[in-house]
Amino acid sequence: MPTSTGEFSDFVVVGASLAGLRTVEAARRKGYAGRITLIGSESHLPYDRPPLSKAFLDADHEPVAPRFRTAEHLRDELGVDLRLGAPATAIDAASGTVAVGDGEVRYDRLVIATGAAARTLPGTEGIAGVHGLRTLDDAMAIRTALDAGARTVVIGAGFIGSEVASGARKRGLPVTIVESLDVPLTRSVGLEAGQVCAELHHANGADLRCGTGVDGIVSEHGRAVGVRLDDGTTIPADLVVVGIGVIPGTGWLEGSGVALHERDRGIVCDATLATTVAGVYAAGDVVHWPNPLFDDQMMRLEHWTNAAEHGAAAAAHAIDPASAKPVSSVPYFWSDWYGHRIQFVGVPQADEVEVVEREPYLALYRRGGRVVGALTIDRPTQIMKLRKLIAQRASYEDARAFATNLPAVRAPQPVR
Amino acid sequence: MRLAIDYDKCTGLGLCEAEAPEVFEVQDDGTLLCLDENPSEELRAEVEAACASCPTEALRILED
Repeated sequence: MPTSTGEFSDFVVVGASLAGLRTVEAARRKGYAGRITLIGSESHLPYDRPPLSKAFLDADHEPVAPRFRTAEHLRDELGVDLRLGAPATAIDAASGTVAVGDGEVRYDRLVIATGAAARTLPGTEGIAGVHGLRTLDDAMAIRTALDAGARTVVIGAGFIGSEVASGARKRGLPVTIVESLDVPLTRSVGLEAGQVCAELHHANGADLRCGTGVDGIVSEHGRAVGVRLDDGTTIPADLVVVGIGVIPGTGWLEGSGVALHERDRGIVCDATLATTVAGVYAAGDVVHWPNPLFDDQMMRLEHWTNAAEHGAAAAAHAIDPASAKPVSSVPYFWSDWYGHRIQFVGVPQADEVEVVEREPYLALYRRGGRVVGALTIDRPTQIMKLRKLIAQRASYEDARAFATNLPAVRAPQPVR
Repeated sequence: MRLAIDYDKCTGLGLCEAEAPEVFEVQDDGTLLCLDENPSEELRAEVEAACASCPTEALRILED
């Protein structure tokens, strides 16, 4: 099989979510005219995940599956052979094949975009009313429970759990959030900003309990009725949403020759998203790669923007490896809570975090003499300008000058 | 180049502004302001990237 240069005819993408779809679209945009096979483990057509914990849960709207493309578009416009409903189970690098269901798909170039699965709470499998939130099916189950007026307990005060809590509070439902850390979100945004985000829960009537572990789910007749905490109390619950992180979707790659990270089994890539197997690239949540913009810091990001950017880059590099360039990007994510928009650009690992403005909130993250991150709440007009400064490797002083010379901002507006 | 912007779809995430700051700017209230509804051809690459980057697919270039 051709592995590095020359003509080829079989492009296979494993993972039919955002990164996989963007890979396919970019391959066609680049002029690749050969076969494309897109393999997805879920039976649904590719869909967008951010709305699942936001608009999809909103009682004001009918829940609409946020599908990206129609089956006809994928087949006729993009010329994709779509294989949905069964996961890829193995790669054989020697023969250049991917095992799917009972069969095999041949590849010349392969992009792995299998994302990640919601981490589950051991011992809760099969208890009705306990859900992660990663898939459309998860979101439909949570929406149905909220429609029925569920008393809700969220385990894990991360972004997904916090968005669900916000959605439940918007419906006036009682919500308790249980978080094992003393301050939520410290890994994503640091201690100071984590505290500020936690305040949003308190201000909006969610009962946030930090430094608290979960002992188990209390169930009756196979259905959750409460959550037992490690301090001995039990919180009644009809709906338990588990938001305690994700596990990269790489179990099927063990022993394939594709190197996996020792900590979380994400795929170890080089700066161009190439894996350790020739002709095989990876994109999105599943990838660890050295980001040149941040001193080649190895990153694995679970962000929408990252999946989109990786998909485009992996396709371009797989088609024309000679033109491959290091993937350099400023991480960006957003989260909507209680009508407030939290936005973060860059990286949170910093020598210092400075709160430049309290209301609306703006914090800058300094590493050495450089600005490496910024967090805002309800400052949508500033965040991309800060992202640009980070991309330009601007000095901390320049970023600070920008942030302290802002025109007065109007009272925070709820996002539309 | 003419632009079609679906303001009902736009949620003000600002990725277009990151790609083409001469053309798009998110305002304090989260709404999108189009700074140039007929951007010149020199900006085509940036504007195409902006349209492609939109998470809600609210932006399109109308070909004349």
